[in-house]
Amino acid sequence: MIFSVETWHITVFSLAVGLASTLVILPFGVALAWLFARRDWPLKSIVETIVLLPLVMPPVSTGLILLKIFGRRNPIGQWLYDRGIEVVFNWKGVLIAMAVMSFPLLVRSVRTSFSEVNPRLEQIAATLGASGLRIFFVITIPLAYKGIVAGALLAFSRALGEFGATILLAGNIPGRTQTLSLAIFNFVQTGKDPEAYVLLGITVTLAFVFVWFSEWLLRAGKRA
Amino acid sequence: MTISKFARMAFSWLTVILFMLSAEVSARADEVLVSAAASLTDVLRDIGKAYQLKSKHKLALTLGPSNFLARQIDEGAPADIFFSADLAQMDLLEKNGRLEPGTRKNLLSNQLVVIVPANSKLSVASPKDLMKPEVKKIALADPAAVPVGVYTSKYLADEGLWDKLKPKIVPVLDVRATLASVESGNVEAGFVYKTDAAISQKVKTVFEVPLEKGPKITYPLAIVKESKKKEAARDFMNYVLGPAGKTAFKKYGFVVLD
Repeated sequence: MIFSVETWHITVFSLAVGLASTLVILPFGVALAWLFARRDWPLKSIVETIVLLPLVMPPVSTGLILLKIFGRRNPIGQWLYDRGIEVVFNWKGVLIAMAVMSFPLLVRSVRTSFSEVNPRLEQIAATLGASGLRIFFVITIPLAYKGIVAGALLAFSRALGEFGATILLAGNIPGRTQTLSLAIFNFVQTGKDPEAYVLLGITVTLAFVFVWFSEWLLRAGKRA
Repeated sequence: MTISKFARMAFSWLTVILFMLSAEVSARADEVLVSAAASLTDVLRDIGKAYQLKSKHKLALTLGPSNFLARQIDEGAPADIFFSADLAQMDLLEKNGRLEPGTRKNLLSNQLVVIVPANSKLSVASPKDLMKPEVKKIALADPAAVPVGVYTSKYLADEGLWDKLKPKIVPVLDVRATLASVESGNVEAGFVYKTDAAISQKVKTVFEVPLEKGPKITYPLAIVKESKKKEAARDFMNYVLGPAGKTAFKKYGFVVLD
């Protein structure tokens, strides 16, 4: 009864979309973090601030902006809708909300781990004739991979907890867009506290494991 | 040999044709997406289950605060029916031309009630009885901000009791918090909506505020103009407005308006 089919479905759905969202943002997050850590360019501080905004903005307002962009009243939303790509009230909306909300955490963690890589090692590789791309994949990434994995785990945990932006963009449709957070909200709203506590237990356990592992990796990264 | 080959071929064709036919049938059976206030979750699930047994159409719900739902429909979200807990949100969509004309119906109302812990011996024949000394604390959703609190304070003021009862009032976050504090026995009584009282086994209703004295709470519903499944949406709406729907709403403590 406690682990009903519905509970499993919600948990697996949340994990699957959270994982997909993390994998989607990973290459962009890593590239951007590298640009922040290793390059100076005009308006860099402005871009950095914009990327961090979803971290501090109320999630509901981020959700509202996303709804404005992907809703049918907007040319972008209409264009997608005409091609049969539905975002609003769809799992793709869940993915987008999770991706946007967790992106800052990924970029921030990865940026820090890139900054901790000694640039002299990269310079030495360059004097030995390695190309920029080769240096990035053979020197920088291997030295920073613990921080990258830690950042991805943190982003993944944030994605699992996402509520405000998700409910606005993807709705709260049981069996289609309902994640753990949305289901907890619904159970509390309808007075089903025991069911809410079960999902809460799952959420807390998952969050604990991922955040703990992320922190452990970061400490291990410092020691290495 | 040839006969069996022929039979096999005929059989596979038959399968294909049957498959196409069934696809044709299922294509006509639509899934109606009802965008509904979270407080309607349980009753609409019940109604949906019963509806799907007798209809070819299916029902899906998206649930949230009414102002969020209205916002989504205003931005073109693909909902077929909007079922709000609040007139203002429905009025907004109507003004913006998002509703199918002539489909709006103010269907439900809700009632303020006084609840006490299930094992309490307190009897409340009129709100005056809350002045009894054994009632030390009364839980109420923040009377400065939350609608149910605002309505209750207005009702008590109209009865000439607000100033006398105010020292006993414990303002809490919302209706759910009111229920929780009455359930736990930390307060002797609380004001909630009848539908909220109906979801808890640990509280009992001892007084119902007469509808004409209480706030005018209205749950309207309407078909969304941009819906691509209007026929199915109409079919479901007729079911909701019919006897089966009305019985279900009453079971959950709603007042059905005529």
